[in-house]
Amino acid sequence: MSQFLKTFLRRPAGAVGLTLLVLVAAMAIFAPLIYPASPWEMSGIPFSRPGENGMLMGADTLGRDIAAGVVHGARVSIVIGIASTLTALLIGVTLGCIAGYAGGMVDGAIVRFTEIFQTIPNFVLAILLVAILTPSIGTIILAIGLVSWPPLARLTRAQVRSVSTREFVQAARCQGQSTLSVVVRHVLPNAVSPIIVLGAMTVAAAILIEAALSFMGLGDPNFMSWGYMIGAGRTVIRQAWWMSVFPGLAILTTVIAINLVGEALNDALNPRISRA
Amino acid sequence: MKRRDFNTLLLSGLAAGASGVPNLWHDGMAYAQTEGGGLTALLTPEPPMLVLPLNQQQPTIVAGSKIYEGLLNFDFDLNPIPQLAESWEISDDGLTYTFHLQQAARWHDGTPFTADDVVFSCQVMLMELHPRARGNFERCESITALDAHTVQFVLKEPFAPFLKAFEAGSAPISPKHIYEGTDYANNPANDHPIGTGPFMFKEWVRGSHIHLVANPDYYVDGQPGLTEIFFRIVPDAASRSVALESGEAQLSSWNDVEMFDVDRLASLPHLAKTSQGYEFFSPLLWYEPNLRREPFNDLRFRKAMMHLLDKSFIVERIMFNQAKAATGPLCSTTPFYEGDVPDYAKDAEAAAALLDDMGLAPDADGIRARISFLVVPAGEMWTRLAEYFRQAMAAGGIEVTLVSTDMAGWGQAVSNWDFDMTNNLLYQNADPALGVARSYISSNIRQGVLFTNTEGYENPEVDRLFAEAAVALDPAERQRLYSEVQKILVAELPVLWVAEQQYPTLYDNRLTDVIVTGTGVNGNFATARYA
Repeated sequence: MSQFLKTFLRRPAGAVGLTLLVLVAAMAIFAPLIYPASPWEMSGIPFSRPGENGMLMGADTLGRDIAAGVVHGARVSIVIGIASTLTALLIGVTLGCIAGYAGGMVDGAIVRFTEIFQTIPNFVLAILLVAILTPSIGTIILAIGLVSWPPLARLTRAQVRSVSTREFVQAARCQGQSTLSVVVRHVLPNAVSPIIVLGAMTVAAAILIEAALSFMGLGDPNFMSWGYMIGAGRTVIRQAWWMSVFPGLAILTTVIAINLVGEALNDALNPRISRA
Repeated sequence: MKRRDFNTLLLSGLAAGASGVPNLWHDGMAYAQTEGGGLTALLTPEPPMLVLPLNQQQPTIVAGSKIYEGLLNFDFDLNPIPQLAESWEISDDGLTYTFHLQQAARWHDGTPFTADDVVFSCQVMLMELHPRARGNFERCESITALDAHTVQFVLKEPFAPFLKAFEAGSAPISPKHIYEGTDYANNPANDHPIGTGPFMFKEWVRGSHIHLVANPDYYVDGQPGLTEIFFRIVPDAASRSVALESGEAQLSSWNDVEMFDVDRLASLPHLAKTSQGYEFFSPLLWYEPNLRREPFNDLRFRKAMMHLLDKSFIVERIMFNQAKAATGPLCSTTPFYEGDVPDYAKDAEAAAALLDDMGLAPDADGIRARISFLVVPAGEMWTRLAEYFRQAMAAGGIEVTLVSTDMAGWGQAVSNWDFDMTNNLLYQNADPALGVARSYISSNIRQGVLFTNTEGYENPEVDRLFAEAAVALDPAERQRLYSEVQKILVAELPVLWVAEQQYPTLYDNRLTDVIVTGTGVNGNFATARYA
């Protein structure tokens, strides 16, 4: 474990990414302490520039504090990113395992089914699902999860296929262990590294999809999110650049941080990369 | 040198330099204003058609009203003024309306305009196609042509605002010789609309522009003052602002310009702004509770909500001053407005007292009641109104959950009474009997129909007052009845009125006499000209 951490942190990508990610996570966790008032509170003077009237990042058209929105928005982005990735992992890993381990007809059927999803553009399907199910935080998580699982399923299937032909798996089967036990206790633990890396990337993609949905007005109207803030500030960008720039920077930072962490994880989990 | 001259010079110079054929570029510059005075106006969104009798959406009326006309138009105080009717008489019993028509008016194909066209339009064509016109002309016992240029309408019972039914958008007169006995919706003439108006249809390039040219045979001497009108369709609001700013377009109306951008554009040296010209429509914005549900059926709760709302915040910060705080069910620009009504000032303590009185005590989280709010999916302003409502109610311990939907979903939910609260905005159509009564009288509680009494308000006294005022002929008597009904409504708050929307019209300040009537840009622009 310490070996792993050392490799991870020795990469500049890992160190920088993790620092940024910790910052964003801290923002999300401590949001109610940093800005105890609701980010929807219309207490400031509308169109205040950054730094004016005690508002670090300025105010929006209704006098809402952009900084409070950015800090509270971190919670929504991170919750949606993680929850929808878990949804995608649940679907993708399950299907991938079944396909990879069972092989034959089952494998063929699942792969075809996955391909159907892969041919539909992600974002279009997400819009459709959210519009049909009416936008709320639950339906957004579900929709993003439903459009994000196919790459995970394919990767899992490939990993499981290659691992399940190894001797230790055959040994476990010869001992009479049940299929479930073989898969969960022997195959998956040895196939999981690339899935973790792809999972991290999926979190970043999910945050972007959520931002795009909110930008289009398909976000949960009861939660302040970065995409919503950009969407609301978009029309006044000529008068007030700060309304869209700061939440935009927040999205950029978070997505870069997660991608860097993913990259470093990939290196750290890859046994072929020298640890010298 | 004027800017337009300068542009012309610059363009000819460029063209001459580039090609040596100066006129080549002039022909290609479809949007540049010609020397005689053409107008490029913005139009949002693109209308589905220009045939006014078939379609009465806002952009259809803006463009179509230059082609089609009504018998009457209305000044800023909503008094009738001549259009296709030169003069008119009303009998003392208020039942017989006689119109004398313009003798010189002709259809754009050269056929003379006669009383038969009016009878056909009001008795046959509009009865089938135009819901609002149907409501008005159903009241007629008979519609007859007394001679070629005289029409008589006889009502079954008096209806005070009957003259208002003859405005161009409410009753566009159509050519009998083209439409009689045909399938109106599929008549080939729909692609090349023929009216009596000061401008004739020339060309429509879908997605780009509609081109109208001056009618040389218009029945008023010296009109129209413009040689042509281009309606440019620009889907993006920021691009529309730029078009006005650069002088590429010379007129915007209704929602063409985003509210927060209006003051900036109005301050430019070449643009002028007016909020006149919407008196006939007078849109009123309100928060609408569903009175069939708890706790909205309790007057104390509605009063508490009203005390928690700050109308000036809505007017200043959400509508960017393109509005005025409303006091009750009538806009101050609508006839028979009554200003002497109870005022619900922003007062959190009064709200708390009312909620306490209802027994709605704060729970452990400080919340007294939980309600949901259906956000109107029609753009920024509506989203901001919903967000403001949630914050304003939170101050009084009412937790509001916003519900998003699409336009069809909103219409479905509101018309089938499946909502807690929402916003609504209705035009008053120049008379309380035409545009106000429909929201409060119990006979208009019609499931499945939008813009009816969707909140579900019932009060026999209000029903009686509206009914009597609609048939009363003496204006003083109508005022007395409407004042009384306004006082009752403001005391009972069937809905929470917040603002009279005041749409801005921005236009090039070299233009004069553009907005000359209470129907503004929905008028025919016959008088508009360059100074």
